[in-house]
Amino acid sequence: MNRVVSILLVGLAGALVLSVALGSVPLPLDRVLAALAFQSSQGDELVVWQIRLPRALAAAFVGAALGMSGAALQGLLRNPLAEPGILGVSATAALFATFVLYFGLATAGPLVLPMAAVAGALIATLLVALAAIRTRSVVTLILIGVGLSSFSAAIMALLMNLAPNPFSLADMVNWMLGTVDNRSFDDLIFALPFMAIGVVVLLASRRGLSALALGDEAAEGMGLDLRRQRLAVIIGAGLATGAAVALAGAIGFVGIVAPHLVRPFLRYDPARLLVPSAMLGALILMLADIGVRVLPTDSELKLGVVASLLGAPVFIWIAARRRLA
Amino acid sequence: MSILQASGLSYAVDGKPLVVDAGFSLEPGELTALIGPNGSGKTTLLRLALGLLQAEAGSASIDGEPVARLSPVERARKIAYLPQARPLVWPQPVRAIVSLGRFAYGAALGRLSAGDEAAVSHAIEACQLDGFEERAADTLSGGELARVHLARALAAETPLVIADEPVAALDPRYQHQTMRLFASMAQSGHGVLTVVHDLDLALRYANRVLWMHEGRIVADGTPEDTFTSERLRRVFGIQAEISRNGASFRLDILGPA
Repeated sequence: MNRVVSILLVGLAGALVLSVALGSVPLPLDRVLAALAFQSSQGDELVVWQIRLPRALAAAFVGAALGMSGAALQGLLRNPLAEPGILGVSATAALFATFVLYFGLATAGPLVLPMAAVAGALIATLLVALAAIRTRSVVTLILIGVGLSSFSAAIMALLMNLAPNPFSLADMVNWMLGTVDNRSFDDLIFALPFMAIGVVVLLASRRGLSALALGDEAAEGMGLDLRRQRLAVIIGAGLATGAAVALAGAIGFVGIVAPHLVRPFLRYDPARLLVPSAMLGALILMLADIGVRVLPTDSELKLGVVASLLGAPVFIWIAARRRLA
Repeated sequence: MSILQASGLSYAVDGKPLVVDAGFSLEPGELTALIGPNGSGKTTLLRLALGLLQAEAGSASIDGEPVARLSPVERARKIAYLPQARPLVWPQPVRAIVSLGRFAYGAALGRLSAGDEAAVSHAIEACQLDGFEERAADTLSGGELARVHLARALAAETPLVIADEPVAALDPRYQHQTMRLFASMAQSGHGVLTVVHDLDLALRYANRVLWMHEGRIVADGTPEDTFTSERLRRVFGIQAEISRNGASFRLDILGPA
């Protein structure tokens, strides 16, 4: 196994234990392990199994989906700044989820919300990919993503403006800010299938990403089916991102930071980048979520807010020191 | 039998014809030079012949099989294509880039078969990139990078190589070295088609020259038969003299016509 992958695995295991142990009532390690094995008091088991474990896993899955989607989109568009958040995919998915909340459709069934978010993500990814195929300019692409994000934010603001009552307003704000607070295993179960299919599609198409490193035309000449490759990445990233948004709302910048940090350790191979990016994405969000819970603020910070606070400066830093083209 | 056969290829963008009724065939054992002024449709013709661009009229076939029916992988195992535009995004090591030449054989980075490894090493040697294997792409000069891309194409070890301006960024020594490499590949039974702007190189190394002007192939034959002052003036708009000295030809370009 790759050294990067091994290190990340150890990190993930550590973060998971920390996640379950830390919180408003810190649990010592022996009580955590006892609760995990159902050998503990009912109170401990409730805290571990109903509250902390689903929350930690939600953060991990969301981070993994965003990290892998970011790595795949960057490979497809040959742009280290591409990411579901930057390209407006997360915002559009969140908008569709908000629609569902606004019109009270979420009560129709547990799959309505994840499906709406996935649909939004797919539409946005498709729009961006169409633009990416027509234009060779990286700047144009980012600007289209910014435009898409702004437009989604504007409609979201409109919905909030028209919110029928303070409760649905609070619901929508939560979606916009992004959080894994109060997630249950049921929430995980409804989002996971979409995420799993997305991840499988991305992994199956990852070999083509290394061919794309030499440009569309060379890749096609080398035997890559360009149309299928684009479709696979769009569908894969759309499903994974949509499911992530369904689970946690809009969380930005994980998809750009995680691939960027692991890339040098994989000698810039866009194909081998996918799995470590997912692992690092999971680790980042789990740690950020621990931070959110431990920080002594009056009202709990939202995970998406923290992710953006940390991620946006990194985005600027990456944009400022690109090496090639 | 020809490896690549194209006939009547036409293509237009917004009503402006880029390639008009162009046909040619590529034979094993031949080094063919495709020449023509800027904007004469050379790159478009290559893309049509490879099936990367859908022709409006005409057809192309590889080993008797229409290109439209070949899967990208099948085509890539017969023709290695080196496009003119070679964007590189990630500062990958040289050997990793050359290894991509084995893509059509199922090779993934870090998972090369012994045969793949041998082909990659051979291509690196042929392009004189020994010692550069671990260098990051963004630390290379333009000429070194051009050789890396060429090595990538050669690593595919296909019967036919189509290269769009492979020597444009190279210094004179490597220009000649590359053309010699193509000539020796042709001698060993490969087919090679290369776009060149240096007419001297075409005259000296090619067995056959395709002349392109305003989207049409206006001449197709040996350098001896096709290089005339009249044609150079008409196609390239230059005043030039061709002189024969024993078996070799000399081209003197005097200036624009």
